[in-house]
Amino acid sequence: MGKYIGESVLRKEDPRMVTGEAKYLDDIKIPGMLYAVVKRSDYAHAKIKNIDTSEATKMPGVLGVWTGKDFEDVNPMPCAWQAGGITNNANTPRVLEIDKVTFTGQGIAVVVAEDRNLAEDACSKINVEYEELPVVVSAEDAIKPGAPQLHENAPNNICMEWECGNEDGTDKALSNSDVVVKEQLVNQRLIPNSMEPRGAIAEYKSATEEFTVWLTSQAPHVHRLLATAFVFGIPETKMRVIAPHVGGGFGCKIFLYPEYCLVIALAKKIGRPIKWMETRSENFQATTHGRDHSTQIQVGASNDGTITSLKVNTVANLGGTLSTIAPGIPTTLYGRLLSGTYKFPNIYCGVKGVYTNTGMVDAYRGAGRPEATYVVERALDLVANKLGMDVVDVRKKNFIQKDQFPYTPADGITKGLEYDSGDYEKPLNKALEMFNYTQFREEQKKSRSEGKYLGVGFSTYIEACGVAPSAWVGVGGEGWGAGLWESANIRVHLTGKVVVTTGSSPHGQGTETTMAQIAADELGLPFDDVDVQYNDTLGTPFGYGTYGSRSAAVGGTAVFNAVQKVKQKALRIGAHMLEASADDVVYEDGKVSVKGSPDQAKTIQEIAGAAALGYSLPEGDEPFLDETAYFDPPNTTWPFGTHICVVEIEEETGSVKVKKYLAVDDVGNVVNPMVVDGQIHGGIAQGVAQALWESGEYNESGELMSGSLIDYAIPRTDCLPNLELDRTVTPSPTNPLGVKGVGETGTIASTPAVVNAVIDALAPFGVTNLNMPLTSQKIWNVIQKKGG
Amino acid sequence: MYAAEFDYVRASSIEEAISLKAENDDSSLLAGGHSLIPAMKLRLSTPQKLIDISGLDQLKKISKNGSHISIGSLCTHKQCAESEIIQSNCPALSDAASVIGDPHVRTKGTIGGALAHSDPQADYPGATLALNATFVAKGPSGERTIEVDDYFIGLWETALGEGELLTEIRIAINSMNANSCYVKFPQPASRYPYVGCGVSLSSNNGTCSDIRVGFSGVGEWAFRDSGVESTLKGQPLNDSTIASAADKAAEGKTVLNDHFVSEEYRRAMSKVYAKRAMMQLS
Repeated sequence: MGKYIGESVLRKEDPRMVTGEAKYLDDIKIPGMLYAVVKRSDYAHAKIKNIDTSEATKMPGVLGVWTGKDFEDVNPMPCAWQAGGITNNANTPRVLEIDKVTFTGQGIAVVVAEDRNLAEDACSKINVEYEELPVVVSAEDAIKPGAPQLHENAPNNICMEWECGNEDGTDKALSNSDVVVKEQLVNQRLIPNSMEPRGAIAEYKSATEEFTVWLTSQAPHVHRLLATAFVFGIPETKMRVIAPHVGGGFGCKIFLYPEYCLVIALAKKIGRPIKWMETRSENFQATTHGRDHSTQIQVGASNDGTITSLKVNTVANLGGTLSTIAPGIPTTLYGRLLSGTYKFPNIYCGVKGVYTNTGMVDAYRGAGRPEATYVVERALDLVANKLGMDVVDVRKKNFIQKDQFPYTPADGITKGLEYDSGDYEKPLNKALEMFNYTQFREEQKKSRSEGKYLGVGFSTYIEACGVAPSAWVGVGGEGWGAGLWESANIRVHLTGKVVVTTGSSPHGQGTETTMAQIAADELGLPFDDVDVQYNDTLGTPFGYGTYGSRSAAVGGTAVFNAVQKVKQKALRIGAHMLEASADDVVYEDGKVSVKGSPDQAKTIQEIAGAAALGYSLPEGDEPFLDETAYFDPPNTTWPFGTHICVVEIEEETGSVKVKKYLAVDDVGNVVNPMVVDGQIHGGIAQGVAQALWESGEYNESGELMSGSLIDYAIPRTDCLPNLELDRTVTPSPTNPLGVKGVGETGTIASTPAVVNAVIDALAPFGVTNLNMPLTSQKIWNVIQKKGG
Repeated sequence: MYAAEFDYVRASSIEEAISLKAENDDSSLLAGGHSLIPAMKLRLSTPQKLIDISGLDQLKKISKNGSHISIGSLCTHKQCAESEIIQSNCPALSDAASVIGDPHVRTKGTIGGALAHSDPQADYPGATLALNATFVAKGPSGERTIEVDDYFIGLWETALGEGELLTEIRIAINSMNANSCYVKFPQPASRYPYVGCGVSLSSNNGTCSDIRVGFSGVGEWAFRDSGVESTLKGQPLNDSTIASAADKAAEGKTVLNDHFVSEEYRRAMSKVYAKRAMMQLS
């Protein structure tokens, strides 16, 4: 395409990261700054009878202690994505809870002191009197008769009941199928654990009534909008939100959290800047979690392996209160993906979103799509197993064929969206070539006779990225309370140096680099002449931020489109400088030249200079090359691919070793292969971790048992083999770059590949399903039970 | 988390550390800090004074001392893992040191700190039980030695007196200790052992003449397993005798049962890892 796109250009972000010059939120200190520490509930479900702050208030260095009653005038957090077209019995957190808590770790009081240690000391002196209430932590238990009730407006703890597809048709197809497999699949709770926890700093200037707020944020414009318009009722122009360097998010930094608004309110109350930075322990309890589905599936098939029907009923645990976009995750981003890469003729999905006495659940890398992929890819294996067929044959038999694109899945489950482009056999065949499947099956047979248990698992997944067409996803559609377009502004300064500003808000993805590659190539300028600026509502156009694998497909396209506008103007000014007609000039390699006379040319630097000076411009043109584009995607993009995992199980201990992992992904055109591979590497690690190790677990009284890195098993590099990656390239017709998005691919694809591999390895023990995480103890138990 | 307020003093000699400890009721000795500091940050431990002994260089040496190896209590796990003296004379100890935590922990954490802290989930206890180690403690009333069999006496509890400082770990130089190992089944998050098993074994013409087996991570504190030892002692070393001995692992012992790992599984894994350790040495 150009000089930079498609190349592994080194990341612009890295020098400041590796030298430590990058400043994160906790590095920021403002003169006069105070520190806030939040007192959190010790119980999962309790009435707050009394909070005694008298001792804490008297502690040295303490400016004050506040409770929920002091913030009764502050609105609760908004739930900005309620499931579309249905009633959502929404209950959202307040800056501090007032009468009642619904999960352990909810904020109930705050201490502000001159330094962090003093605030912590004082916080430990707050005495809270609770009246304990009965607790329910599992969503399935919460909807049973007689379960403890969390919220008055949500009978049986149900927030919403959502469905898609055709239930009658699917039931009929199931009853007419040669075989039906029923299974319960659990997609356990995960805790994101971005390397940097959450934090906020707020400063208020009374003379201008303006706030400056630093947040660990994936979406500063969205945070500003929600905080000002929905929580405080002030103009959004009175608040500047800055996301400094952000140490990862995986979704959990999209949301407007109570503590963010608490710090904003306190800054005004006290009149001094205030910092709040959570500890890792608080991060475990109070930052959003992900997944937590319990799902009944029924899948019908003909004897030849053709799948006739898929019925899915999911109970989704949303936690004690709703986080910002919680209801959208187990509905739109889940149910609408349940056709996978397959031409299932009948599909139905019913979802109950349920309150429990657990931490809030919201988007976590993949957000709904890993859960859907898990259901579909496990279903394929269950059918193959039932029919005694090969898992690859069943996949190929049911694939949507490459001449069927654009493809619309059955029963309207995508609600009008069509799969943009694909060739699902291509990455599968490529992966099979890399792997030598036939030889593996022989080796597997042989090793079983020697007491070694090898297994292989496939995931031939699809995902929806580049979220999303605004009208489709928005109010009146899927219920997202805004748009999902993205913005970019390009300014070419007098010397020809370029500044791109974007509403995307990268926090580790490398988007600063990839956007510069796009702009540099399109303008025909050196890569180093392009700066990309972001993460500050002052100076960037409004945009929706970075999540949902959208910053290349949507944000990158906005950059591309803004460059086209710049080039149009450059053509007019260049023609004017060359005393040619605008119709007679072309823009190539950073120059405007007269068609057929490449020597008669003006460089973009010369044109930018002329535009910036404004001495002589074409009639009707304004000075400066400065253009903004807003790109609203016509569709999501639909990446796909094949992941293959090989495991070996140790019979004596039940331990799983990942012996081999290979992935052939098709994410459309690739802007920067190194960045893309990096995203896939990290995603696979997280997805494998869900299959084998990670699990957010509460005990019956609602205490988080996996509340620290001592108990919550994040993988380390020695847990994984060298990942073998390759790709096929099927450009997306959805955007001019042909990119599909890659940020979530690894987590979406990998989890079922690993689980399928473990189940395959355990076949001699009669195992057909096990729920994650597949710990050594769990596997040892089934080996013991079923005998060798 | 943030620790509660505390005072800090740096000791410049062993004697000063001992007298500081005697003068301050509510004080803790700080060596590598890799157990104490996290406990303080969680406010599980709230000493009023920390006595930093990490500058006492005389406690950082590993040497051969006549009939035994002398390991200064402030030697880091990394030192213990990489020491050729330890590797060749008591490999169970270097095995254990090399699988503690991660490189950060191994670079800062010390053997004396770990053994004085006596976390039931720590690795050294199982290895030192197998090696029949001797601990040297100094206190206000002078120096004494404590045999390992008398050292681990309870959950987080050792035979060290309140004012005593663990200065040295001694391990006898003999063929049995030279034929030792420590194997570990780590918990995937913390990498503390679900089961850690140290074994030292001597044999004569293919018959086990002596064996010591120590377990970490299995019970509320580390223990020696006489059931396994007596079953193998005097027997010819082969797969079948080792399996029979391993089958006795943790028999009659209280075994931990927590949210993540059942007692049944820990017992079963104790047998597996005892077998592996004994197989490795036979």
